[in-house]
Amino acid sequence: MGSDRKSRNEEKSPRKTPDGDGNRGKFAPVTDDLLIAMYKEMLLYRRFEERVHVAYTTRRKFAGFCHLHIGQEALCVGVQRALLPSDYMITGYRSHTQAIAKGISPNAVMAELFGKIDGAVRGKGGSMHMFSKGKRFLGGHGIVGGQVPLAAGVGFSIKYRGEDDIIVCYLGDAAANQGQFFEALNMAATWKLPCLFIIENNRYGMGTDIRRTTSVDHLWKRALAFDMAHSQIDAYNVVDVYNHVGGIVADMRKNQAPHLFEAMTYRYRGHSVSDPGLYRTKDEVAKFQERDSIVTLGAQLKKKKLATDADLEAWDLEAKKTCEDAEAFADASPPPPEEEVWKDVFVD
Amino acid sequence: MALVTFREALGRAMNEEMARDQTVFLMGEEVAEYDGAYKVSKGLLAKYGPKRVWDAPISEGGFAGLGVGAAMTGLRPIIEMMTWNFGIQAFDQIINHAAKMLYMSGGQFNVPIVFRGPNGAAHMLAAQHSQSVEAMLTNVPGMKVVSVATPYDGCGLLKSAIRDNNPVIFLESEMMYGMKGEIPDEEYLIPLGVGDIKRPGAHVTMIAWNKMLHRAMEAAEKLASDGIEVEVIDPRTLQPLDEQLIFDSVRKTHRCVVVEESYDFASVGAQISDRVQRICFDDLDAPVVRVTSEFVPMPYAENLEDRVMPSQDRILAAVSEVLYA
Repeated sequence: MGSDRKSRNEEKSPRKTPDGDGNRGKFAPVTDDLLIAMYKEMLLYRRFEERVHVAYTTRRKFAGFCHLHIGQEALCVGVQRALLPSDYMITGYRSHTQAIAKGISPNAVMAELFGKIDGAVRGKGGSMHMFSKGKRFLGGHGIVGGQVPLAAGVGFSIKYRGEDDIIVCYLGDAAANQGQFFEALNMAATWKLPCLFIIENNRYGMGTDIRRTTSVDHLWKRALAFDMAHSQIDAYNVVDVYNHVGGIVADMRKNQAPHLFEAMTYRYRGHSVSDPGLYRTKDEVAKFQERDSIVTLGAQLKKKKLATDADLEAWDLEAKKTCEDAEAFADASPPPPEEEVWKDVFVD
Repeated sequence: MALVTFREALGRAMNEEMARDQTVFLMGEEVAEYDGAYKVSKGLLAKYGPKRVWDAPISEGGFAGLGVGAAMTGLRPIIEMMTWNFGIQAFDQIINHAAKMLYMSGGQFNVPIVFRGPNGAAHMLAAQHSQSVEAMLTNVPGMKVVSVATPYDGCGLLKSAIRDNNPVIFLESEMMYGMKGEIPDEEYLIPLGVGDIKRPGAHVTMIAWNKMLHRAMEAAEKLASDGIEVEVIDPRTLQPLDEQLIFDSVRKTHRCVVVEESYDFASVGAQISDRVQRICFDDLDAPVVRVTSEFVPMPYAENLEDRVMPSQDRILAAVSEVLYA
């Protein structure tokens, strides 16, 4: 357990999910409170990324690559709510909101984007490399598909110790064409590792329509090659995501085995902030925005008398305030001192 | 003391560390039921069972990455590459993930992992089975690189590598697995980053590692009969390099030859040469001379392979050059 002893930046224990630790193997039905909480979280992630976009483009607070998650919030929230705090998560480079969902504060994520010492990884990772050992968030990775074998390793580690945690591994649609993806899925299936691989299929690998580079019409079919459990749903409805993933996770805890879940989603913005998105039509983007997951859930909350327009407005202001505070925090945080250059190359 | 083969010495190191620490496991192609392609892991499956000794699919990038993920979450993997030529498949995981994880996670996730296997040319294995990888892997911050030449060093350094909290690249050789040497009966460790004087001498410092150490020793033996005393230094760890041992020797002999299996361009020998000429400039009586492989893919034919690798003649010529003899 050498790596545990060496841990720094330990954070407070993660938020409890509704079912709590005492009821592992089951997941709670969606209550009204949970519905409201999920709405607020999606709203926060939307506002956070919008603020990040403006901070990058208009206010020029930072540079480098910056991949926004706008449009994909329902998946992020539905998945996180179906997990326990002790579950692990690893992802690619579109990682800001997943990091927040796993428990890294918006302040720490924003400060990291700004390259500040109070950032999630002390200003040494930036947009693509959010990590928290305490929250079991294992990054934040910039090599497309490179995180997938790592996830198999985490699954291996869980099984080695005989625990019932699971690892969620997010990857983009285009990562499903990377060789390491196939190698990792083969090992996970052969050795029955508790890995939930979630392909966030937002339909484009950077500017390339996934259909132009992929032999199968649905990416869940990749699982067939490994005799692996698989599924696909429209990931625009947070309740559907929660129920779907909750079911998978509950089963995985009991019967350790991997699962490939293709989540159909869509990003409203470009691949990164510098991408104008000329490879797709405005109509296509508008078609997805028409059934926006946040707007839809807001209307549903009103219909169910769980919220008024005034509530939605207040929650929106609250989310915006959190993001505004995060930017202020990031502004106020100093840049990393020069000695950070040589720190953490090796550990004793 | 016991007289053991190199493969037995390496196997003993893994055996002792697996007995000592339950989080240590071994994974690689043919390491379990086949007892290892070169029998380095012989007996480990029988002793520790399939939970600790894993036959991997032919997926070097995949199982290297699996090791990294396991190392990030509390285990200490030993990942065997059947040869480092196949290990090149895993360079993405080794370089982009294992070596950089601690730094890019702001010091949160260290990766205690050993990637080990035979490096460089064996005998008539041609271009795709003869690469020396140390020049490439020592050029990446965040991991240590060990290259061993004797059973004694192999056992002591592999144990330290397994206990190290950072990624360690461990370079062996197919040609040396059957070589015998004495190792103590009791447990011992050799720290990483500490070189060794394999033969003391006053006239020329010769630095060599892995298989080339033995060619250097043979050349030194021959030169001794001519009255030339060569001090042979085995750095044993190439990253970090025990520079002080080299500088101290050069300050004594004033002459330096580096013998390495890698190519001459941007190699470990080039680095040593740069450091010696920079730090020991006033002590040198001659420019540092390097003996390396010819800068070509490895040919198959025996005579051509011999011509590519550093030969005793070329080593002797290098010594003559630094002695102006």
